[in-house]
Amino acid sequence: MNPLAGCLLLSCLLFASGLGAVLIRRNAIVVLIGIELMLNAANLNFIAFWRYGPNPEALTGLMAALFALAIAAAEAAVGLALIISLYRRHHRSDIDVAEELKG
Amino acid sequence: MNAVFALLAGLTLGAALAAVTLRNLVHAALCLALALAGLGLIYIHLEAEFVGLAQILVYVGAVAILIVFAVLLVRGAELPEGRVSRAPWWGAGFTALFAATLLWAVVRSPVIRQATRPAPTVTVRAIGDQLMRDYVVPLQAIGMLLTAATLGAALIALPRRDPNSSAHQPTPP
Repeated sequence: MNPLAGCLLLSCLLFASGLGAVLIRRNAIVVLIGIELMLNAANLNFIAFWRYGPNPEALTGLMAALFALAIAAAEAAVGLALIISLYRRHHRSDIDVAEELKG
Repeated sequence: MNAVFALLAGLTLGAALAAVTLRNLVHAALCLALALAGLGLIYIHLEAEFVGLAQILVYVGAVAILIVFAVLLVRGAELPEGRVSRAPWWGAGFTALFAATLLWAVVRSPVIRQATRPAPTVTVRAIGDQLMRDYVVPLQAIGMLLTAATLGAALIALPRRDPNSSAHQPTPP
């Protein structure tokens, strides 16, 4: 077992907790928190494989992590705007209200 | 695996579990901020200082605050009554299966038995060089994406105007 294993195990557990939140919780904001956790688990893998993998001078893992960071920020902004819009319409913040996505 | 990493990993994992299990949404958002700050510290520990600081800046500074604002706007923090979950057993079973598969794959993989490499030396100058040379097209695309996401978020969150009243509004000269 080397330090990479610790990173990978932590990333697995973070991803699983995010997935659990997405599948189990009903509140839309908690679902968004779960999505953020899953994105960050993937980012941790990028950084860990960059640090412990071959050829770290190419900076590929760092660049992927930086771009994923920016995309995750954009995703959070749009997701929260959608939640606020749904709340305006239905006065609830469950994702059950998004069952009829028409028009 | 040294003590610093174990400490940071425990902090991150505990805060992440609290973020997805707490019923009070403000507490959940603050625990998410703690977990993301812990991840940023882990990046710094893994000698990716630039990404670690960017993570703390973007996530703890912006995304966590955004989520707290959304919680306050949605006013969901004080009414978590009723069912927490839609399909608890199905979801929990799938999550457990998924986690077990991932952990099994990690433990079986030959990658974790390789010798540790020495830390690479990366300067911010090298990162900027790469961003301006090899990754300049993705960088511009990310800029476009962020602009579009900002505009889209503002448009989506705008209050919906009544279509009947807006159709008869006089256009300003």
